[in-house]
Amino acid sequence: MRAFDYLRAQTEGEALAAAGQDGAAFIAGGTDLMPLWKAGVAAPGLLIDIGRLPLAEVTARDGGLVFGATARLADIADHPEVRRRHPAIAQAIEASASGQVRNMATLGGALLQRTRCVYFRSGITPCEKLEPGSGCAAVAGENRLHAIFGGGPSCVATHASDLAVALVALDAQVRLRSLAGERVLPLTALYLPAGESPARETVLVPGEMIVAVEVPDAGGRSLYLKIRDRASFEFAVVSVAVALEVADGRVQSVRLAAGGVGTMPWRLRASEAALTGAEAGEAVFRAAAGLAADGAQPLAHNGFKIELLKRTVLRALVQAGDQT
Amino acid sequence: MTDPSREPRALTLRVNGVDHSLAAEPCATLLDVLRDGLGLTGTKKGCDMGACGACTVLVDDRRINACLTLAAMQEGREIVTIEGLADGEDLHPMQQAFIAHDALQCGYCTPGQILSAVGLLAEGRAVDLAQVAEQMSGNLCRCGAHPNILAAIAEVAGLRA
Repeated sequence: MRAFDYLRAQTEGEALAAAGQDGAAFIAGGTDLMPLWKAGVAAPGLLIDIGRLPLAEVTARDGGLVFGATARLADIADHPEVRRRHPAIAQAIEASASGQVRNMATLGGALLQRTRCVYFRSGITPCEKLEPGSGCAAVAGENRLHAIFGGGPSCVATHASDLAVALVALDAQVRLRSLAGERVLPLTALYLPAGESPARETVLVPGEMIVAVEVPDAGGRSLYLKIRDRASFEFAVVSVAVALEVADGRVQSVRLAAGGVGTMPWRLRASEAALTGAEAGEAVFRAAAGLAADGAQPLAHNGFKIELLKRTVLRALVQAGDQT
Repeated sequence: MTDPSREPRALTLRVNGVDHSLAAEPCATLLDVLRDGLGLTGTKKGCDMGACGACTVLVDDRRINACLTLAAMQEGREIVTIEGLADGEDLHPMQQAFIAHDALQCGYCTPGQILSAVGLLAEGRAVDLAQVAEQMSGNLCRCGAHPNILAAIAEVAGLRA
């Protein structure tokens, strides 16, 4: 464990200015960074504590919800307007981690948490995220929990966040700020494909931070369904977030995203296309779910995720259909 | 060569209603400062990775893992450890219930279990037994006392076990 310096930022400007230094990292909850630091996987030189900045609010406006980047996961899940407008967000959080971790972890940290790939977390190379050019141990190793979408010979690690999957399904936008200014991106555009440089996971540049996530209101009903190896305090093997709007027996709009299967939260566009405008019912849901794994590239131990994903999509659609 | 970031810095932590001024390295966790700096060894170090819950304490009435936060991050907060739960010689109702239900064997996880239970009640999450079990998943008991732990919490929460 490399010693680091600590700065409690009093203002956002102070935090952003300090973040330009080599080796600087933000800390707010600490629930992901601290274990990575103890394992020697993360070795920051300076931790900038942004936990006291006024970025923790959950705000319900006409037209959408706004979450500050340091909003605690428990506070987001408990907010009555989150539960009313987008149950999938509350369900994704309540299916995440433990009560203690949900009280500590923040929205921004949840989006930026590192993969649960055991090779990466062990801190031992080969691992392209740890040491670019070293290769990937999981491709030919133990890969039951690895990605069937978005991976390649350099990396097959999944993105671990439940909340990010729900937010991607709900077309959330992420607001980034640096001393150079502000930009707003679709959450899907925050993440980079594993591709050639798995060590670079997001479009964030040094000195830039997530300040907020905005979720537009939508009709219909959303839910989050998570399948895991044990009933609680476990990451997803496969998860699905669905936002479904049905009118006059037909699917007006549907958005589907999956977790546990991709190198980033994965939108299921083929299934969405098959559902939009179609009659809402089990036959159509089943056909659409059958397309959920199109393009999947299974590894030696995770081929079961193809069937599991299809069944999880089907169950999520049936449950959402029953609620609309 | 000394690393300037290793130099201990002045820090004031409010623990069990008392302000403690001490010196700690910037990278010291709350858990290490409670145990090694303040001698409050009731808070246990199990995995030191946020997985076992043995280090659970309350911060501003909410339960957290003391191993996952820096002591410096908790300045100015109200921290409660197992040492601060009883009122003099009178045990907290959750402590009494753990004894009454034999909710421990070796006892190593017990301070964290009790703080987590007190926290989940304070957070208003003890709506039924299934929820209590779900909410206690961040506290592991390798002796397997979970059924008795749930019974103890159910009694204090007024739930039917």
